[in-house]
Amino acid sequence: MARIVILGAGISGHTVARYLGRWVGKKHRVTVVSPKAKWNWIPSNVWVGCGEMTTEQVTFDLAPVYKKAGVEFLQAKAVSLHPEGSGDRPRPFVTIERTTDDGVGTGQTDDVDYDFLVNATGPKLNFDATPGLGPEKGYTVSVCTWEHAQKANQELQACIEAMKNGERRRFVVGTGHGMCTCQGAAFEYIYNVDHAVRQAGVRDKAEITWISNEYELGDFGMGGVHITRGGYVTNGKVFAESLMVERGISWITRAAVNKIEPGKIYYETLDGSEGSLDFDFSMLIPPFAGVGLKAYDKSGADITGEVFAPNGFMKVDADYKPKPYEDWSKQDWPKTYDSPKYPNVFAVGIAFAPPHPISKVMNSPKGTQISPTPPRTGMPSAAIGKTVAANIRDILNGKTTKPIHTASMAEMGAACVASTGSHIFKGSAATMTVYPVVPDYETYPEYGRDMDLTFGEVGLAGHWMKWILHYAFMYQAKLKPGWYVMPD
Amino acid sequence: MAAKNKEPYKQSYYPPMPTGFTRYMRRSLPWQFIRFWIINYKIFKLLVKSSHD
Repeated sequence: MARIVILGAGISGHTVARYLGRWVGKKHRVTVVSPKAKWNWIPSNVWVGCGEMTTEQVTFDLAPVYKKAGVEFLQAKAVSLHPEGSGDRPRPFVTIERTTDDGVGTGQTDDVDYDFLVNATGPKLNFDATPGLGPEKGYTVSVCTWEHAQKANQELQACIEAMKNGERRRFVVGTGHGMCTCQGAAFEYIYNVDHAVRQAGVRDKAEITWISNEYELGDFGMGGVHITRGGYVTNGKVFAESLMVERGISWITRAAVNKIEPGKIYYETLDGSEGSLDFDFSMLIPPFAGVGLKAYDKSGADITGEVFAPNGFMKVDADYKPKPYEDWSKQDWPKTYDSPKYPNVFAVGIAFAPPHPISKVMNSPKGTQISPTPPRTGMPSAAIGKTVAANIRDILNGKTTKPIHTASMAEMGAACVASTGSHIFKGSAATMTVYPVVPDYETYPEYGRDMDLTFGEVGLAGHWMKWILHYAFMYQAKLKPGWYVMPD
Repeated sequence: MAAKNKEPYKQSYYPPMPTGFTRYMRRSLPWQFIRFWIINYKIFKLLVKSSHD
């Protein structure tokens, strides 16, 4: 019997766990190590952050679900990897630290042996990168976790109450650093804020501003997209700007937020100028980093730098050789997500180190990088998780000795539905899809993307889709009957 | 009082604004029902093309 240990139970880690539980769970031991007791459908946190959904609607307890699936669940965080074992422990193992007092004791450390390890630890929300950023030590809110989203909604509702009493409020939404990703979440949130204040009848009291590190609106860390609309091939920038103007939202792009004080955001732009924005409510996405796992070889020597990239994400089968933007290629992107040094170790979702950004790297005259890092959203994360699970299954079953299934972000698409409102007939949504996520100029020489599958559209239809997707993914994640026939 | 000219050349001066007809179609239930299935079909194609099993 082999043991597969999965570190993290986010979208990608949970995908690996549910498929491995189904495919090999009866013959082999599948263990999930996650510091949190609850699973969270993160894309719907945007709705929690403006009071359209409760936290109970976007979360559920992991333990009973894994019990049903025959998957062992340890509520703990991973501290260090020992892929060669140690002097007195010949098998590879990971050291974990308990995060709950479940009879073992919070802070208690354990060594967990493995035959296969899947690193799905997701990002560290690096609020510390910008002084004053974030809901814990700073002055801005976030929708990155359900707890953050709940707090964001409390602040939003307080602003709405103040506006109902005749006061004015300034809202700023976007990215809180020059190297953020996940602009799509902020993009969806700003429309929901606009919708919430309109519903409350106080839009005339609100000044709403977008600020981001994108070169132009609609970049989303993918270098922007081209779509076919009205008889033209046009850029997603036009689509995104139209959505902003229609809602009376102004925007600042090419900006790196570098300091936040109570009520004031300071930023630098690509042309070297500096500016500030006054705010009463601000939701800014933090930059992401790896969670800070360490790695040690058999002798106990620190090999973190060999296993992980400097940003803390795990190196996988990507081409990390530095090269200029013009030479970036789809071949640079990983396909099987196994560690080049330890083939029985994989990294999925946000935990793997991308070879380089997708958007062109831009720097201000002071040398500040002001350009998005690559997104790894729900759809690619789940696809990568399922692929890694399939490879581990086939290796365990003796079908192959090395990974044969692939899931390159240069060969997969993504969908982003920015939906507002909870009423089925009164909501709206901007639906955007892109294929592939990483532009492929070999296959699609003109725009790098399949122009049939890359599109944008506004209307109720997208709103319905978003609702259906929310309930479908929650159903699937809870391993309800037939979950495995649903697409990921 | 005579109408004042609107300020040109601002950020909001350039992007396209949806016409009344476009806004109506975005909310039209029959049209959106059709678009719903078209978008579903496109996303299904995208998922199939993304799958390499």
